[in-house]
Amino acid sequence: MPFLYRRIAFYVIALWTSLTLNFLLPRLMPGKPIDAFYARYRLEIQNNPHFLDSLRIELGLPKTPLWQQYIQYIVNMLHGNFGISYSFYPTPVIDVIRTTLPWTLFLAGTATILTFLIGTFLGIVVAWRRGGKLDSLLPPVTMFASSFPAFFLALLLLYVLAYIGGWFPLEHSYSGGTDIGLNWPFLTDVADHAILPVAVIVLTGVGGWLLGMRNVMINTLAEDFITMAHAKGLSDFRVMMMYAARNAILPSLTGFAIALAYTVGGLVLIETVFSYPGVGFTLVQAAQGSDYPLVQALLMLITVCVLLANLFVDLIYARLDPRARTQ
Amino acid sequence: MTNREPLLRVEDLVVDYYSPRGVVRAVDHISFDIMPGEIVGLAGESGCGKSTAANAILGILREPAQMTNGRIFFQGQDIASMPPRAHRKFRWRHISMVFQSAMNALNPVLRVGDQFVDMVQAHERVSKRDALDRARDLLRMVGIDPLRVSAYPHELSGGMRQRVIIAMALALQPELIIMDEPTTALDVVVQREILQEIEELQRELQFAVLFITHDLSLLVEFSNRIAIMYAGEIVEMARAQELFREPKHPYTVGLMNSFPSLVGPKSMITGIPGSPPDLANPPTGCRFSPRCPHCTPYKTMVHPVLQEIEPGHLVACHLYGAEQELTHERASTAS
Repeated sequence: MPFLYRRIAFYVIALWTSLTLNFLLPRLMPGKPIDAFYARYRLEIQNNPHFLDSLRIELGLPKTPLWQQYIQYIVNMLHGNFGISYSFYPTPVIDVIRTTLPWTLFLAGTATILTFLIGTFLGIVVAWRRGGKLDSLLPPVTMFASSFPAFFLALLLLYVLAYIGGWFPLEHSYSGGTDIGLNWPFLTDVADHAILPVAVIVLTGVGGWLLGMRNVMINTLAEDFITMAHAKGLSDFRVMMMYAARNAILPSLTGFAIALAYTVGGLVLIETVFSYPGVGFTLVQAAQGSDYPLVQALLMLITVCVLLANLFVDLIYARLDPRARTQ
Repeated sequence: MTNREPLLRVEDLVVDYYSPRGVVRAVDHISFDIMPGEIVGLAGESGCGKSTAANAILGILREPAQMTNGRIFFQGQDIASMPPRAHRKFRWRHISMVFQSAMNALNPVLRVGDQFVDMVQAHERVSKRDALDRARDLLRMVGIDPLRVSAYPHELSGGMRQRVIIAMALALQPELIIMDEPTTALDVVVQREILQEIEELQRELQFAVLFITHDLSLLVEFSNRIAIMYAGEIVEMARAQELFREPKHPYTVGLMNSFPSLVGPKSMITGIPGSPPDLANPPTGCRFSPRCPHCTPYKTMVHPVLQEIEPGHLVACHLYGAEQELTHERASTAS
């Protein structure tokens, strides 16, 4: 399947490019990580002149030229050797990711998929009955909801429903003292913690999907193959789904891939408001602490997610649009 | 032919478009019938309402178009008043249609075969395998490799796509096929092939055809009878040969002169000066009057009515037949 090989070759190059940028970007940031350690271990450094050198070696901060650091970095990345986090010293980066990533994947994945499904389906229905009651109600209402900044809506809901109302937990992804594992109390507790953040993402995001789908769908409905489908005597549902929506969804799918990819790194504000222990929350802390290894690893993680999401969409796009298969 | 029951009878059909500028009457009280196995041509300029009339007959008018008057009988049954469900079962089974734009009439994301299958399965209880077998037979019939059932529309040329659509139109063996400019989107050579194909299939299968085109020269050799439409009305209707020999309406004469003849002496192609009227605000009296070389001020007040001036030859023109009473209120209803 040459289509697949071509795409994979493209992704390998994209991955390398982003790895290189990941290497350079933190080094362009103001502040050196060793400065933070100076502050923290000033006494030890004064008492033991070799302390700083041993720290450098342990942290992987040798005084070598940039190109040697670069090669070492690439080798480490390919071996999955992400080093030790400076800000969570002495926890290895991989352990930090291991505890944060699942929460983000769960929260953002659920929210993004829900938003996409709800928004797209409403868009289909509203376009099919253009000018109807639903069509004059839903687009303005959902666009009004989208015009709230997500963090503001998050604060509002948190304050009203969790703080004043007390119906939802105030922070974190599960309550302390619950037995972590695949048991019913823990799962419902996790769901309980996820409802508000997911609701915020869905409420602010649905309008975009709805409008996007509606607009493409309305154009598609004017196509001749829709008239012919009606003429053939097909049921309205089949014409709506297999002839109109099936064609109109293609641009939305590309958007969905991008949205999926952004979920991994793009929930910084929501996670901060809800103190949700995910990647976005951690990324902020890592950047503030000049934690090169953690920033690099998180950015690489995000990049890989973006690329995987894109590859995935490329593959389903080829299944959905036969014209994309030949080039 | 006169004592047989017509296959299709269109009575007083009116189609209005509800636009922000007001009601636009695209089809204005047209009536005609089609006998079983007959080929009837419907000719006129772009925007004269011929495609709208075709869509109304098939019951697939879409907003903002609406059929506001008239009845459509198929084998004596009024199909325009059928409930939507029954109408869905009716169309394509009895009347199918070949669309103008071969390029866009097929769903780009479904295989050709699947587009046969869903159509057949909407009307009959057949397995997918049997429906695909039928699709292969039909493709063979219109001169396409049966293996193309698994092709996507973009993998076919324009001519092939139009053949596929013709095959689809034949699939349920309807009594009538509406062909709405089936060859306009194709180049001249392919046009010829497709027309020959249609002619052969028609001779073999004996379905009736309503053939819509702006190309009058094409109709003359192809159809039994021809109706000429102008600004939403039928202005002349006659047997093809007769219309060709003796066009009565000045508009028909103008259309005839707009095409070069393939045989005979060289002649000037004159065309028709002016442009079709704005249907949101049509001229009173005869709608052709602003462009008519024979018009007098009096005739712009009176609306001519379609009447039989010779056996089987109908014309709506002041130059022929008795004078009509003043009917300018009819023309003003649209505004």
